[in-house]
Amino acid sequence: MIADKPEVTVESALIFEKSVPGRRGVLPPKAPEVDLGALLGAENLRPEPPRLPEVDELTLVRHYTNLSRRQIGIDVTFYPLGSCTMKYNPKVHEAAVQLFADLHPYQDPSTAQGALRLMYELQRDLGEITGMDAVTLQPAAGAHGELTGIMVIRAYHASRGEAEQRRVVLVPDSAHGSNPATASMAGYQVKEIPSGPDGEVNLEALQAELGPHVAAIMLTNPNTLGLFERRILEIAKAAHAVGAQLYYDGANLNAVMGMARPGDMGFDVVHLNLHKTFTVPHGGGGPGSGPVGVKAHLAPFLPVPQVVRQGEGYALEYDRPQSIGQVKSFFGNFGALVRSYAYIKMLGAEGIKKSAALSVLNANYLKELLKGEGFRIPYDRTCMHEFVAQPPEGIRTLDVAKGLLEMGYHPPTVYFPLIVKEALMVEPTETESKETLEAFARVMGEVIRKDKEWLEGAPYTTPVRRLDEVQANRRPKLRWGE
Amino acid sequence: MDYTPHTPQDLQAMLERVGARSLLELFEDVPAEIRDPELRLDPPLSEAELMRHLRELAAQNGSAVASFLGGGIRSHYVPAVVPALAARAEFLTAYTPYQPEASQGLLQAIFEYQTMISELTGLPVANASMYDGSSALAEGVLLALRESGRMKVALSQGVHPEYRRVVQTYADAVGAEVVTLPLVEGKTVPRLPEGVGAVVGQNPNFLGTVENLAPLAEAAHAAGAQFVAVVDPVSLAVLKAPGAYGADVAVGEGQPLGNAMAYGGPHFGFMAVRAELVRQLPGRLVSETTDADGKRGYILTLQAREQYIRRAKAKSNITTNAQLTALMGAVYLAALGPQGLREVAVRSVATAHALAERLAAIPGVKMVTPAPFFNEFVLELPKPAEEVRRALAERGIHAASPVPAEYGPKAHGPARPEGNLTHLALFACTEQHTEADLERLEAALREVLA
Repeated sequence: MIADKPEVTVESALIFEKSVPGRRGVLPPKAPEVDLGALLGAENLRPEPPRLPEVDELTLVRHYTNLSRRQIGIDVTFYPLGSCTMKYNPKVHEAAVQLFADLHPYQDPSTAQGALRLMYELQRDLGEITGMDAVTLQPAAGAHGELTGIMVIRAYHASRGEAEQRRVVLVPDSAHGSNPATASMAGYQVKEIPSGPDGEVNLEALQAELGPHVAAIMLTNPNTLGLFERRILEIAKAAHAVGAQLYYDGANLNAVMGMARPGDMGFDVVHLNLHKTFTVPHGGGGPGSGPVGVKAHLAPFLPVPQVVRQGEGYALEYDRPQSIGQVKSFFGNFGALVRSYAYIKMLGAEGIKKSAALSVLNANYLKELLKGEGFRIPYDRTCMHEFVAQPPEGIRTLDVAKGLLEMGYHPPTVYFPLIVKEALMVEPTETESKETLEAFARVMGEVIRKDKEWLEGAPYTTPVRRLDEVQANRRPKLRWGE
Repeated sequence: MDYTPHTPQDLQAMLERVGARSLLELFEDVPAEIRDPELRLDPPLSEAELMRHLRELAAQNGSAVASFLGGGIRSHYVPAVVPALAARAEFLTAYTPYQPEASQGLLQAIFEYQTMISELTGLPVANASMYDGSSALAEGVLLALRESGRMKVALSQGVHPEYRRVVQTYADAVGAEVVTLPLVEGKTVPRLPEGVGAVVGQNPNFLGTVENLAPLAEAAHAAGAQFVAVVDPVSLAVLKAPGAYGADVAVGEGQPLGNAMAYGGPHFGFMAVRAELVRQLPGRLVSETTDADGKRGYILTLQAREQYIRRAKAKSNITTNAQLTALMGAVYLAALGPQGLREVAVRSVATAHALAERLAAIPGVKMVTPAPFFNEFVLELPKPAEEVRRALAERGIHAASPVPAEYGPKAHGPARPEGNLTHLALFACTEQHTEADLERLEAALREVLA
């Protein structure tokens, strides 16, 4: 089959193209001879088995091992993807998860006391780090946490008879796309607030939109330009004055983890991305975990179950009549919770603060280095954990990104935030060394000094070169063999 | 301990370059009254101390390997090759494959995964994964409502009760109405309300019964609604694919495919749809395409559906999904192949039937699940299920999780005034169970119920 497709190298053949009828991989325990038709009803059986690959175990191992060699991650190279917090994921966390792999969500809680205690302590520790009174661990990702948080806010307004009146959620134009998507998924109208010339929320524009029709303001702080919103206390005051709730998008918490608490800033709700700030590996796009913390007045509305103390032990509490219900089956992405629990226990207060501070130092240091290499910094002041740069006039950000790939680096986030043209959003994180930052800055400089033709053709030696996106959109081919 | 590499010399040189005297000075934009607060956390641990502490916590848990617990999460065997390959650092520590030239490994693996889910479900298009089965269903319902332009959902009572609660939460958010279709004799009554836009059935249903969902799908289409099927991926080795009985959307929980039970997560949810619904799909999709040299490659596609492009007009807010756990599912399916998956299914079914026969013979125990059933079933016990689960756990066996009261007499047959609702318990079998395991459970249950 591979020979029929000379353009496909052996390394990139699909697992289906390596399949040979009758070949077996892992053999399960012997199945008895049974009359399935009699047990399950002949009319319920499928006439043909699914066409899954038939490969031996070594072929399987080589296939996925070779695929992994066509993939880069943090363990391979520097990965300064803005707003994604690609910090080192400690190996001890993977060992920790194995200790809790064999628990079933429906086993008797008396036989899961260690797991429940871990969740209870994590609820408490995340509450302490964010300055919130109660935390749910149930949401499976950041956007899922956002949805949960907005549902909690709606339930709160409804409990005060204000659900019909409050139909609008305010979101700055620099916000992550998930914020407006969440608000509209939860049935709200979204109103964008323009940023001011300093890159921060324009307080006057915000105040003009505030009123008794507003359910919530969703903010990221530091914002997506990597700048701390200096007027945050006034923003909170203005929101609360009209009865709106202030929502904290925790995607950028790494900068201020332990250094400034969203609860102290005046936020009512916060979601966290454990896969960003608290070192759960991103896994190529998940699974993550998106716990939500709230102030006391919102606690009755959190999803069920909550992990509570009961006598000497811990229990799952379902009897919460004002709860929004469940946003996921069971108790959340427990494996992610184990990793973040381990991280917080290892760092302690001192390590958490130090990590945040060094993420800020690394970002500012890299910003200075890139400036020295000729990059433009549209909002040039002390940044937090990330900053936004632009290549010199005439050079496209896309080409810089592709040039970086050729040089063995993962590029920064590109073309975001939307309010900066040709944006490169750079987040180095605290786990990178001074030498790594310096080497990266030198390569960034080299890339923008390459000739135009080289840049526009890059990358050259990656497993594939630039791909035809238009073809994929017009005639998507979404599975093999059709 | 922490994971920062900075020496005191580094710190000094870097602070100097950025023009700050101290780290705290970098936080001057933070209002002074909230800057650098006291944090009450436990003192930091070394790696050795951490692992010792975690082992102590883990020792307070009982392992549910080869347990008889079910509800969509089961103790199927996870072959060693699955975590060994998924744990490759390149997969584990990558972000979403937004830069395809450096992400062909994941993109191709997702393309292969999409093909496998399409094969299992008998529907042509599968997305790259959802968080879990319950949220996949909620998103499937929202998709069906968008497509039908209606705001009413009819959920079979046979759908997992936790999944139904999640759908209710999502429906509340958009103001959609949820109606429950009762189970009678283990089958969903296909009597649909006026104006329904999404109809949902589950096969095997929560009681474990293999339900022929074709009549429900037909009723849905006749009413102008989309039909969503919740399916168990292992069962699809032998049971009819949802695409074959009229499902517009199929969703399910991926845990049985090579994922540890992990106290309920992370696992993955899968979602497949008929071709015409592709532009309504939430979440990521990978397409084959070609590169500048004409070489075959893979790329994220139809991104105009997604939040980071469409913002408030996106089909869903989903961003992070469950890529690594879905990868484990794909490795599992490829490791077992069609024959291996069939053997897992057949052995699970045969063992469950043998167990049901043994346990139903215990005095006072009654079979609740109507035939035909797959590898999970519900029994009515002469004692409350919670008590029985506890007593069995004390004997080192995990089984008999309580089933909600709503599945009492009306749901499983003619009304029986003597039926005590809190006495319903769920049992499940996998290919891991042996005859000796069944004997042990039977003996323990006899003892507990005596």
